[in-house]
Amino acid sequence: MTPAPDLIFEGQASIGSASLFAPLSLSLASGQWTCLLGGSGVGKTTVLRLIAGLDTGADFSGQIAASDGKPVAERVAYMAQNDLLLPWATVAQNVSLGARLRGEKIDRNRRDRLIARMRLTDHMNKKPAELSGGQRQRVALARTLMEDRPIVLLDEPFSALDARTRADMQDLAAEALQGRTVLLVTHDPAEAARLGQTIVVMTQHGLTHCQPPPAPAPRKVDDLETLETQGSLLRLLREEAA
Amino acid sequence: MKYLSALAATLFALGVWQAIVSLTGLPKFILPGPALVVETWWQNRWLIAEHTWITAVEVLIGLACGTFLGVITALQLANSRAARVLVQPMLVFTQALPVFALAPLLTLWLGYGLWSKVAMAVLIIYFPITSSFFDGLMRTPTGYLDLARTMQASSRSVLWHIRIPAALPSLASGMRLAAVYAPIGAVIGEWVGSSQGLGYLMLLANGRAKTDLMFAAMLTLGVFSIVLHILVRHATARMAGEAH
Repeated sequence: MTPAPDLIFEGQASIGSASLFAPLSLSLASGQWTCLLGGSGVGKTTVLRLIAGLDTGADFSGQIAASDGKPVAERVAYMAQNDLLLPWATVAQNVSLGARLRGEKIDRNRRDRLIARMRLTDHMNKKPAELSGGQRQRVALARTLMEDRPIVLLDEPFSALDARTRADMQDLAAEALQGRTVLLVTHDPAEAARLGQTIVVMTQHGLTHCQPPPAPAPRKVDDLETLETQGSLLRLLREEAA
Repeated sequence: MKYLSALAATLFALGVWQAIVSLTGLPKFILPGPALVVETWWQNRWLIAEHTWITAVEVLIGLACGTFLGVITALQLANSRAARVLVQPMLVFTQALPVFALAPLLTLWLGYGLWSKVAMAVLIIYFPITSSFFDGLMRTPTGYLDLARTMQASSRSVLWHIRIPAALPSLASGMRLAAVYAPIGAVIGEWVGSSQGLGYLMLLANGRAKTDLMFAAMLTLGVFSIVLHILVRHATARMAGEAH
C-alpha cells in the first residue's frame, strides 16, 4: 500500500442540460475520515462514484487528483450499502475476490487473519445467505481491507443495519481503516458526528464545512458534544432543505 | 405430498378418460380406454422400449449439442456488440420459421437416420437456451460490476468469475425448458422421415388403425419427457442456486 494521500475533488456535474451539482471543491485529508452528509438526490453518491472511476451517467468537468500525483481510481477500495457479496461464493472466496479477479495469487494467511479480525473464522466456508446482515457487512469490510488500498470509499455501508449492529460496525470500521484516506457518504447525522474527522454537509446550494466534535473518532454514542453536533447537523440539513 | 398429488391427478385423468369411453361407447379404433392401452403397452413393451431407446438417444444428443451451441452463442453475443447486431435478428428469424417446415429439408440434408432428428432437437432448443443464458449474462447486478471495476478486473475475468456464475440460474431455466422441447423436436423429425423411434411408431400404429398402440407410444413419450424434465431439474438445481 502506498502512503495515504490527500485527495482533491473540484468540479461540477450535469446530466444533459440539468445541473446535478454546482461547482464544488472538496478536499479529503490524508489518513483521515471525511464524512459527506446530505439528503437523497443531492449528488453525494455521484461524487463518490466519480472518485472511484465508476459510471455515473453524468458529465463531469473538473479534476480529481491525489497529492502525490499518482492516479486515484486504481488506488481505491469501495464498499456500498449493499454488501455485494457473491451469493455462490463462500465467505473466504468473497474476501479474496479482488485477487481472484486480477488473477493474482491469494495471500491465504492475510485473508484468514482478516477473517479472524472480523470474528468470522467459524463462518469461513459458509455462503452469504447463511449470515446475518451484520456478519455480511463484516465480510464486506474484510474484503475491503484485503484490497489494502490507501483510499477507501464508503457509500452508506451501514445504513441498512439495525442501530446496535450499526454502532458496532462503525467502531470496527473506524479502527480497521485507520491511517487511510476515507470518504464516508451518509445521510445519517449521527454517523457523521461519530466518525467524521472532517464533516461536510452537501445540499443543492453546495458544501458547508462543519466543526467535528473535539473527541477523537470513533466517538462514544452517548458523548454529549457528539450528540450536540448530531443535532446541529440535522438542523442544518433541515434548514437547507426548506 | 408432491407425489401424492401427482398420483391423484393421474388417477383423476384416467377416470375421466374411462368415463368418456364408457359413456360415449366410441369404438376402440377411435378412442381406446385406459385398460386396453395399458394391456397393449404391456404386450408391446419390448417394441416400445426399442423405439423409446432410439428417441432417447436422439433427444439426449440433441440436448447436449443444443446446450453447448446455445451457451457458446450466448457468450459470444454477451461479449461483442457486433455479434449482437449481426446475429440477434437472425436468431429471432430462425424462431419465426416453423420447424415443421424445416424438417423435410433436414432429412434431405442429413439423411434418414439419427442426425436429422438430432438437428431438429437442436434447432428447437437452441433459441430458449441461447436467449435465457444471454439474458442472464446481460443482467448482472451492476453493483458487482462496480465492485469488480474498483478491483481492476479485466472484462474476461469479470465474465468468468461474476457474469457467468450470476447467469447460471437463467441457463438452468433455459435447460429445463429445453428438456421439455427436445423430445418434440426429435418426434417431429421422426414423423417426417424415419424407420425407428416413438414418432415413427406412432405414425405406423395410426396408419394401421392400431389406435391403442399409438396411445401407448404417445403416453410413453409423455412419461419419458416428464422423467427427462425431472432429471434435468435435479441436474441443474445447483446451477439454479437451489438447496438440495
